[in-house]
Amino acid sequence: MSHTAQNAAETARTQNAPRPRGKSTLTAGQMPSWVWLAVLAGALVLGAGIVALMGGGDFNIVGWLIISAILYVLGMYITTRVMENRRKATDGLWRNLVWAAFIIALIPLVAVIWSVLANGLSTLIANPHLLWEDMGGAAGGDVKFMREGGVGPIAGGFGHALVGTLMITLFAALISVPIGLLTSIFLVEYSRGGWFSRAITFFVDVMTGIPSIVAGLFAFALMELVITTFIGDTPRHLQMVKMGFTASVALSVLMIPVVVRSTEEMLRVVPNELREASYALGVRKWRTITKIVIPTAISGIASGITLAIARVAGETAPILVTAGFVANFNWNVFDDMMTALPVYIYRQMIFPSAAQAPDPSIDRAWAAALMLILIVMALNLIARIIAKAFAPKKTGR
Amino acid sequence: MSKRIDAIDLNVYYGNFLAVEGVNISIEPRSVTAFIGPSGCGKTTFLRTINRMHEVLPGARAEGQLLLDGEDIYGPGVDPVRVRTMIGMVFQRPNPFPTMSIRDNILAGHKLNGTRMSKGDADAIVEKSLRGANLWEEVKDRLDKPGSGLSGGQQQRLCIARTIAVSPDVILMDEPCSALDPISTLAVEDLINELKDEYTVVIVTHNMQQAARVADKTAFFNIAGTGKPGKLIEYDDTNVVFNNPANKQTEDYVSGRFG
Amino acid sequence: MVTESAVEPQRKSSLTAPRGGAAGDKVFSGLSLTAGILILVTLAFVAVFLVAESLPALAPEVFSDQDSIESADNFFEYVWPLMAGTLIASAIALLLATPVAIGVALYISHYAPRAIATPVGYVIDLLAAIPSVVYGAFGMFILAPVMGPIYAWLTENLGFIPFFSDGYSATGRTLLTASIVLAVMVLPIITSLCREIFVQTPKLHEEAALALGATRWEMIKMTVFPFARAGIISSIMLALGRALGETMAVTMVLSQGVFSWNIISAGNTTIPSEIALNFPEAFGMRQSELIAAGLMLFIITLIVNMIARWIVSRHKEFSGAN
Repeated sequence: MSHTAQNAAETARTQNAPRPRGKSTLTAGQMPSWVWLAVLAGALVLGAGIVALMGGGDFNIVGWLIISAILYVLGMYITTRVMENRRKATDGLWRNLVWAAFIIALIPLVAVIWSVLANGLSTLIANPHLLWEDMGGAAGGDVKFMREGGVGPIAGGFGHALVGTLMITLFAALISVPIGLLTSIFLVEYSRGGWFSRAITFFVDVMTGIPSIVAGLFAFALMELVITTFIGDTPRHLQMVKMGFTASVALSVLMIPVVVRSTEEMLRVVPNELREASYALGVRKWRTITKIVIPTAISGIASGITLAIARVAGETAPILVTAGFVANFNWNVFDDMMTALPVYIYRQMIFPSAAQAPDPSIDRAWAAALMLILIVMALNLIARIIAKAFAPKKTGR
Repeated sequence: MSKRIDAIDLNVYYGNFLAVEGVNISIEPRSVTAFIGPSGCGKTTFLRTINRMHEVLPGARAEGQLLLDGEDIYGPGVDPVRVRTMIGMVFQRPNPFPTMSIRDNILAGHKLNGTRMSKGDADAIVEKSLRGANLWEEVKDRLDKPGSGLSGGQQQRLCIARTIAVSPDVILMDEPCSALDPISTLAVEDLINELKDEYTVVIVTHNMQQAARVADKTAFFNIAGTGKPGKLIEYDDTNVVFNNPANKQTEDYVSGRFG
Repeated sequence: MVTESAVEPQRKSSLTAPRGGAAGDKVFSGLSLTAGILILVTLAFVAVFLVAESLPALAPEVFSDQDSIESADNFFEYVWPLMAGTLIASAIALLLATPVAIGVALYISHYAPRAIATPVGYVIDLLAAIPSVVYGAFGMFILAPVMGPIYAWLTENLGFIPFFSDGYSATGRTLLTASIVLAVMVLPIITSLCREIFVQTPKLHEEAALALGATRWEMIKMTVFPFARAGIISSIMLALGRALGETMAVTMVLSQGVFSWNIISAGNTTIPSEIALNFPEAFGMRQSELIAAGLMLFIITLIVNMIARWIVSRHKEFSGAN
């Protein structure tokens, strides 16, 4: 079925053919196998001509490749149509288009990874202190750095942003995991398909679609209400709303539906026989759930939670409007603003620490972006490993 | 250790659907009783009402009396969880807990309920139960291996050992050999013969030879048609049911002229 | 004989004797019910808060002491350019991403050799996990400079099209660039959802088509697309929901401005980006305006997601699955 298999079969056919090629009834009317090479060569030459004419002097390689590719796809269609038939030509056209889609998709995706690696890696290797220092007094360092011609170590770092991301995500997980787990347990083990469980399922779906910035606004408004109601409404108190915990609430709104969905799916695949076996031993339902059902599904649940954490760890907008940003370390999510890694990247790129010397800020941002991607990728990888390694052994049925 | 079971006018429902109607039966302690009958006749449903496993399914319930040594297990204030510790159950397909070792599977009934016990007591239970299930010699060197690594027949005997370990009064078996090969089936049948020295055993089976081999008494269930409730047709000593049945339906069924 | 000796005599006597753990059942089921209720309450709060905080902006005469909102004469005038920008950016992103994404999904499921298909599938999944701020940085520093000259060419040669008339931005930080970044972001989403559906096409249908002498494309047209139609549409709608709500990529790439049909010059903005840029410094009426804009966004994405789920549930019976 695959491309190579088809080619191999074709070669075998030509090699074993007792009659000269083209005479066989099975291969009659087929194009010789070198046609595509000829069309490709023609397309490249023609493309070069067009680009040279249009560019009027300077030769654009990207333009040349794009135009040649279009010419090749068209040329193959016309050639096949003339030499074979319309159905074959259509088939070939779509095959080429699908391959083209694949290549078009690869370009930006590879470019994203490459730009982060190219811009971030060298900075990070040359300035490992970025990982554990904060931005206290970095602006002056940046100006000095630029004045000296852009050599030597870059001032500051994003250690405080790593701490912020860690603490905010940790508290988000502390809120979301119990709520998400218990809700999915309710849906799978306790509800019997009534209106209430259908309402929960429906609203979990709705929650999946909440834009992250709206989740941020909600968390802000909620904490504002809590603080003005129970603590006070002076400007100083209003300032308190912007703290790491508010961001954790915002991220929870995004994280809970993901946890509920994945856990629910995992609990549903636990075979009912195991629950019945446990009930038949006189084990209570809650112990059956905690000791039999959850341990059996734990690998899937854990990997789902890890993926949810990976998703919210990369969120920027909801943290920006809830936790703000600061230049220094802050370990306390309940007091004062906090910088998360994505917010750090955003702020450094848009509002460099020293406006007259933006380059070090942008370098730091790329290094932080690399770090963020590494964290998210590592979480994804861990999720896959958990799902594979800790899955219960298949029963020998 | 062993108790008698008496069902009095027992009706079993799934929602509004009457699945089994008007069962009256007395099962003696220290005996093996087989339930036979065509598919869908309610024998498994009735079996599951004996330890209140039936009501695990949404909407399922039972009406009437089911007496365990004279006490109604459907009486007011009876905790179904307690009933199930006294009446154990073995299922159609072997279902050892996949996350547990052989040893933990045996102790599951105690451990899952949070009972604390010394290692010596636990070891004693494991050995006694496995010996009781004729499995000790085969697995004594790999008690810490997962139970799912055993063969199908061994897994089923492990499930029986797990049931014995909580020292029930009655053991219910729902087609325990239908997923097993003939040799494993023989091992389980031998075990059933030994179990009746200590327990009341009730077994549902599709295999009439098996019923004839293991059971002291046999109950024949039948159903008049789709959508009609299943009924207990005949209940007597096994050799009477198979050789000299009182009811025409039973005779047709055991002689293979039916279903 | 080793058993729970303390319990043993009791259980001989009565079936109703209490046995430990019954309270645990109540507590545990109560906890899980509470968690479910909490989710409903949270969502109700989201809706109530958004509406309550929006009211001063939606009807300033009634709910505030001001006559009008700050940024425009009335809320509608304030919000329509934002909504238009949001919708245009998302629409362009989907127009660009959908054909490519479906092509890639087909490539993985039906064209690529197995040795390529599996790793490509993994990579696409990982790309869906890259944080949006990284895409934003890519769009701002890598893509925008590349797009500048292309916009110059578009204005020069295709200026008669309203989208490309009246000048261009040499920096490339325009709505079209933002849309391209959005397209790159939603591409993995559409691809991985579509691929999952494509590979579920019943093998029997596919083989039946091939046995009738269909070419591969004809087989895909006859069996894969009819089977996957609802899935494709709902994956596009989910991607649309994501694109509408996406904040950082647009905020970082686009140099914001008033509404304009020209998508290759500076100008336009989207609701999420407007909120992200202005919320940190906003208070009072301005804050209400932004939250009201967020409410509009919430409603739009809600409708989009509902339509997606409605399509899925409507077509479930006809998809030929099971």
